[in-house]
Amino acid sequence: MRNLPGIFVAGAAATAILATSGVLADQSNLPSIDGVELKTRAEAPKDHPLPEIISGFEFRTKETQALELDDFTNPGFLLVESGEETWSTAEGSAGKSCESCHGDAAESMKGVRAAMPKWNEAAGRPFTLENQINECRTEQMGADAWKWESDDMLAMTAYVGLQSRGMPVDVDIEAGDMMSWWEKGKDFYYTRFGQLDLACANCHEANYGNYIRADRLSQGQSNGFPTYRLKWQKMGSLHRRFKGCMDNIRAEAFKRGSDEFVALETYLAWRGEGLSVETPAVRN
Amino acid sequence: MSVIRQGTIAACVLLLGVATASASDIASFEVVDGTIPQPLTDVAGDPVAGKQAVVDRKLGNCLACHTAADLANEPFHGEVGPPLDGVADRWDEATLRMIVVNPKMVYDGTIMPAFHRVEGLNLVMDKFAGKPILTAQQVEDVVAYLKTLSE
Ligand code: HEC
Ligand code: HEC
Ligand code: HEC
Repeated sequence: MRNLPGIFVAGAAATAILATSGVLADQSNLPSIDGVELKTRAEAPKDHPLPEIISGFEFRTKETQALELDDFTNPGFLLVESGEETWSTAEGSAGKSCESCHGDAAESMKGVRAAMPKWNEAAGRPFTLENQINECRTEQMGADAWKWESDDMLAMTAYVGLQSRGMPVDVDIEAGDMMSWWEKGKDFYYTRFGQLDLACANCHEANYGNYIRADRLSQGQSNGFPTYRLKWQKMGSLHRRFKGCMDNIRAEAFKRGSDEFVALETYLAWRGEGLSVETPAVRN
Repeated sequence: MSVIRQGTIAACVLLLGVATASASDIASFEVVDGTIPQPLTDVAGDPVAGKQAVVDRKLGNCLACHTAADLANEPFHGEVGPPLDGVADRWDEATLRMIVVNPKMVYDGTIMPAFHRVEGLNLVMDKFAGKPILTAQQVEDVVAYLKTLSE
């Protein structure tokens, strides 16, 4: 709880970030989970819109960070465990499980989440992890597609995502027609929406580090999704977060899985390249 | 920093949104040199109601971005905008009215929302389409409250 007597003013934001970065950027002091280091800060390449790429982790309280850094306290692991179970459960008309084709997820799914969204030539569009999983269910298993925000889908994206934890986000935006999706996502990112007339960039690029009411603004990075959110008391997808941010500015949000959100996800992944995958991250 | 612009995405939705705006929700006013000298309504602004609108999250929610010593007992002041303390010394009433109605006329590209505007918006949620964040009277109340913030 804080009741800010105006110590920080606009413009002091950048200074505040710089002031803390001395400590936080100390590379020998990276957070780690079971010996796996999390790169919560990454150097921004030339021409990147941000001076430094910073995970949402850095903007959360010590208490929230601690939840993420211990798999026993991380409430997201309930769903991870259910995803692990489903991995080896046969379903659908082909009588197959994920394991039937992909074997040990720790091997076959390593690095997969870090590279999502990924161009899918046959579909002629980028596939998010959700898209790919449903493709396998309907085309390979003869099973029904899962709903985007269903526990089944969240559990599986969390379980598959976990196999990339600690690996740097690295999307291939050169593949196929990825560039046009990236462009569309970028347009979206800088476009003002809603009755409050705000763009993602107004909050997450121009004001990260600043408090907006009770919330400390981060760069709105996607490296921790699906994420356990204390406010939701639940795991949630990246697209649920997009919708939440659009609701807050009183904009008519797009649907989860819509082309608009897939484009935005593509662009955001690129903005966060170099950050470690933190799935399942914990946020307030 | 990249330029944040008024979008072209879903321009048709935007047009629809504007088409349903009833003109009566927006007071007519005249902008003179980046200020609005004349009140938007005939009823004088009430600073007590204005203070309420400044705090209320469903109305001004100004504390999302601003602090003010006068509102120190309210929790969670933001730090995106400058403290409101002393705004009455820095700006005259006509400029304060302009800042609340549409701060983009005073600060180019500002993050601060326009509180009494409906045109030029993108993808507004259905239930808010065509409605300004603050009514003309609420704008007058807020301005009356801001005028009390002198140091
Ligand atoms: C009958 C075999 C089969 C089953 C069962 C199957 N998959 Fe797949 N899966 C594939 C094939 C083949 C590919 C490669 C598709 C491609 O590259 O176009 C693939 C690709 C993937 C990928 C992308 C890997 C990458 O490197 O990008 C993921 C993630 C995935 N599957 C998850 C799952 C999950 C989760 C399940 C269970 C719900 C599942 N699959 C069930 C055959 C299967
Ligand atoms: C009014 C300011 C505001 C706007 C505009 C906004 N957000 Fe957010 N967003 C927040 C706040 C507050 C949070 C929670 C604290 C944080 O991580 O910044 C958040 C969180 C997020 C997160 C989660 C970050 C994490 O580490 O888990 C993502 C992703 C995100 N926003 C994306 C977006 C996108 C994409 C847009 C544009 C469609 C957007 N936001 C627009 C305020 C905003
Ligand atoms: C989303 C953030 C945000 C919200 C919400 C917001 N403001 Fe602002 N406001 C700002 C910023 C930022 C500035 C500084 C102008 C700039 O540089 O963009 C500002 C400037 C001002 C100023 C001029 C301050 C000075 O010292 O010169 C006044 C007055 C003001 N705002 C009043 C309000 C009132 C009243 C409300 C609520 C009805 C409000 N603001 C809501 C962000 C916000």
